[in-house]
Amino acid sequence: MTNLVDIPKVNAKNMTEKEFFYGHKACAGCGGSIAVRLALKVLGERTYTALPAGCMSAVGFIYPQMAFNTNAIITTFPGSASMASGIAVGAKALGQKDVKTVVFAGDGGTADIGFQALSGMIDRNDDVLYICYDNEAYMNTGIQKSGLTPYGTKTTTTPAGDNIPGTITHKKNLFEIIAAHDIAYAATASIGYPQDFLNKVNKAKHIKGATFIHVYASCPTGWGTPTETSVEIAKDAVDCGLIFLAEFEDGEYKLNRNPKQFAPVQDYLKKQGRFKHMSDADMQCVIDNRDKKWSRMRKHWL
Amino acid sequence: MDRPKKTEFKFPTHIDEYPTGPQYAAGYLPETNAGWRSVRPVVDHDACVYCLRCYLLCPDGTVVKDNGKITFDMDYCKGCGVCAHECPKDAIEMVKE
Ligand SMILES: Cc1ncc(C[n+]2csc(CCOP(=O)(O)OP(=O)(O)O)c2C)c(N)n1
Ligand code: SF4
Ligand code: SF4
Ligand code: SF4
Ligand SMILES: [Mg+2]
Repeated sequence: MTNLVDIPKVNAKNMTEKEFFYGHKACAGCGGSIAVRLALKVLGERTYTALPAGCMSAVGFIYPQMAFNTNAIITTFPGSASMASGIAVGAKALGQKDVKTVVFAGDGGTADIGFQALSGMIDRNDDVLYICYDNEAYMNTGIQKSGLTPYGTKTTTTPAGDNIPGTITHKKNLFEIIAAHDIAYAATASIGYPQDFLNKVNKAKHIKGATFIHVYASCPTGWGTPTETSVEIAKDAVDCGLIFLAEFEDGEYKLNRNPKQFAPVQDYLKKQGRFKHMSDADMQCVIDNRDKKWSRMRKHWL
Repeated sequence: MDRPKKTEFKFPTHIDEYPTGPQYAAGYLPETNAGWRSVRPVVDHDACVYCLRCYLLCPDGTVVKDNGKITFDMDYCKGCGVCAHECPKDAIEMVKE
């Protein structure tokens, strides 16, 4: 068990003033760029950064622009974890000390197309921190549904209309699927709870071997939300119970937040263009699924 | 230097100067993002308690700790308004460019 109290905490006051993701071309207010920027400030300069196709690579590497100030590379869309494995063992073979390899991949790049490589990376326990920034769709190619797009979401491949109410499936249980590998450390986070996210990245940084963080990261462009509310909406998602904050360590699940009462799901959904069309029945379907998930988590994880 | 600055781009003249992939020298920024902005953040230093929440949450890292005061890198601020919206003291106002 890696005890958080033993690791010096990183916060806004003491974190490095160096910026490692700067001058990028992400949309104004992009939540994914908050996740990447903060994680790199915890991990520091000696970080090999691998990103598959997706928004964070598209906005960071526009030749000849280079928004990363760490060693960084774009990987194939399905191959970020295997590329990172290679980097990590290469660094080891060269005898490099105090280096970390990190992946920043989207929900599509993680839960769908990159999953096989990720599963292998965890199986081999390669020294890589894999961070999935979840904006709940394939954003870089214009908002298509992924395995992490929630029920009711309007996307270009699941349009809302008379035939379907937008996306008709619920989010994959990505965190549990990763935990099922018996990974040394996995966590969920949200940019709406930034200190919790910093702590989890910091913890993963100090663990040797494969680690995984699933961070909820808003996308004003794909979600139809004002640019200034990106952090607020990511906090709302946690407060209404649709996103949970948890850790998996030494074979044990831990729920970091277990609120007695949730904020209304409807308020969260109605703030976003992607859910505007949802009927009361569809919102009830989202709530029922949330309650089912929470009763399972409370029964087994507490 | 904590933040990279705009760098002048010189067009490659020889095949050896072209990179072999999309990667380039770290922090190489041939253009600014200032033109994206229609509003800009302005901080009221009397109201600001230097809690650094704006610094923490800026998606672009353009909130600068400047000797105990908050300033902004206006070359790269996109005017998203996250800093103003998240400030617990309402010390940042977004004003029209
Ligand atoms: C093999 C392959 N298939 C499809 C693409 C096209 N593509 C590039 S980025 C992207 C979407 C990525 O979505 P996600 O992983 O969720 O990241 P986001 O863009 O949302 O940040 C797609 C489909 C590709 N580059 N390579
Ligand atoms: S589309 Fe969304 S995830 Fe992509 S850069 Fe814009 S805000 Fe960020
Ligand atoms: S969030 Fe507001 S009070 Fe805090 S440092 Fe920024 S401007 Fe000052
Ligand atoms: S307006 Fe947006 S980009 Fe500009 S300093 Fe504030 S948070 Fe950063
Ligand atoms: Mg995505």
